[in-house]
Amino acid sequence: MSKTLVWVEHDNASVKDATLAVVTAAAQIGEVTALVAGSGCDAAAAAAAQIAGVSKVLKADDAAYAHALAENVAPLVAGLMADYDVFVAPATTTGKNIAPRVAALLDVMQVSDILSVEGPKTFTRPIYAGNAIATVESTDAKLVVTVRGTAFAKADATGGSAAVEAVGAAGDAGTSSFLGSEIAKSERPELTSAKIIVSGGRALKDAETFQSVIIPLADKLGAGVGASRAAVDAGYVPNDYQVGQTGKIVAPEVYIAVGISGAIQHLAGMKDSKTIIAINKDEDAPIFQVADIGLVGDLFTLVPELTGKL
Amino acid sequence: MKALVCVKRVIDYNVKPRVKADGTGVDLANVKMSMNPFDEIAVEEAIRLKEKGVVTEIVAVSVGPAKAQETLRTALAMGADRAILVVSETEVEPLAVAKIIKAIADEEQPGLIITGKQAIDDDANQVGQMVAALLGRPQGTFANEVAVEGDSIVVKREIDGGLETVKLALPAIVTTDLRLNEPRYASLPNIMKAKSKPLASKTPEDYGVDIAPRLKTLKVTEPPVRSAGIKVPDVDALVAKLKEMGVA
Repeated sequence: MSKTLVWVEHDNASVKDATLAVVTAAAQIGEVTALVAGSGCDAAAAAAAQIAGVSKVLKADDAAYAHALAENVAPLVAGLMADYDVFVAPATTTGKNIAPRVAALLDVMQVSDILSVEGPKTFTRPIYAGNAIATVESTDAKLVVTVRGTAFAKADATGGSAAVEAVGAAGDAGTSSFLGSEIAKSERPELTSAKIIVSGGRALKDAETFQSVIIPLADKLGAGVGASRAAVDAGYVPNDYQVGQTGKIVAPEVYIAVGISGAIQHLAGMKDSKTIIAINKDEDAPIFQVADIGLVGDLFTLVPELTGKL
Repeated sequence: MKALVCVKRVIDYNVKPRVKADGTGVDLANVKMSMNPFDEIAVEEAIRLKEKGVVTEIVAVSVGPAKAQETLRTALAMGADRAILVVSETEVEPLAVAKIIKAIADEEQPGLIITGKQAIDDDANQVGQMVAALLGRPQGTFANEVAVEGDSIVVKREIDGGLETVKLALPAIVTTDLRLNEPRYASLPNIMKAKSKPLASKTPEDYGVDIAPRLKTLKVTEPPVRSAGIKVPDVDALVAKLKEMGVA
């Protein structure tokens, strides 16, 4: 049976949701060891040990790992991989930053963004913005895989009781440093785990109308807020709202697309939603080809009316 | 400082890809091809750094079929100074592309390597990080803003929760995200001028890189199709539907 090493995404205190789907994927490949690399990360390691399906936790606690800089953590992971067959990371911005660096250090061709595990070294993955699904088999001795979170059920965050083992640090490469971050604090559900998402497009006109039209509806539904690339590029909302091929991939119970025409790059990020609702004034907009429920008309009257009637 | 920009010839982003009937891949015959949009942003950023006097020479590199020469001519027309095409008519995986770029970087000694964060055909999102690993240099992936400060570069990165800023020692690798800049169109005179800019043609063997694929593609299929649903006449009908679904 393969031995997998799972990258745990965390904030030193708790484990992020993205990790849970990765554990499910890794468990389909083999035995799961979770790696918690951080600084002052005892609580995160303890939380990782609780995840159902995790048999061991490795904790690498060092100032060099505080911000998961790829230059510092990739050598750590590559070193640990001497004892493992498969490195599995979430296809989050952190996972996407680190995993290819690990793969190159191991001379392995990474399999990105897997949708399913078909065999010990065989996976499906989306290509061409999800317009095609490739089934690929790796011929490398070791594997590096990133996992699309929406494609796998989340492992239970509790129920496990893995042992935590401290591992030595690989040190600071000395070539990069973290200067700061601008993370939006929000009470809203995170896009990748929200049950309902209200998303706005270019038709919202500007940042003020995006706020006054989309936000009240999202508040009413307890929904996450997303946007098309056009809306982000136009500065209506920050970059982390973007849903699409190169933004966030979401699959909520209900996705409400408001004033979004439905470019293939946007559809790539949300077409696995359970129910898609589209509100658009152009009845020929491509979004209606994937929407379960469509409403044609002026969003500036329809959306406030909808918000009022909920 | 010399900048290396890596560009890929891919299906045009406006074209809807079609899976071949025999399940071996996506049909690219008679399909419009263009420069990967993220790589256009990379070329633009290199040009802006040259206009600021930070970069002195821009070398555009592509690994791909002979026709990728057109993609490199586009980069030259935008403002790159010379180009290197590493020709392979068979697909080259990101790891092998990274090894070729590493070898070119060893020869050219660029202070900065810029490329798109992912190509819109294989959606792998790997080459930049792999080049950085092979060179043992730092990486600023998914760049939203860059500023060269002395012997380092400050990169603001687009991450899941917002933005993050890192400082990297040069030489460094930067991969571009959408908001870094808006690429220029090449003017007609510049397109004409680009035709006489130097373009070297090489092979993977020239750099001693084995491009034998590590991944076997067993099949390529269409994704499950979503069928169009219903249209509701008004907001009341939509509210009724939402209530049925237990959402409202």
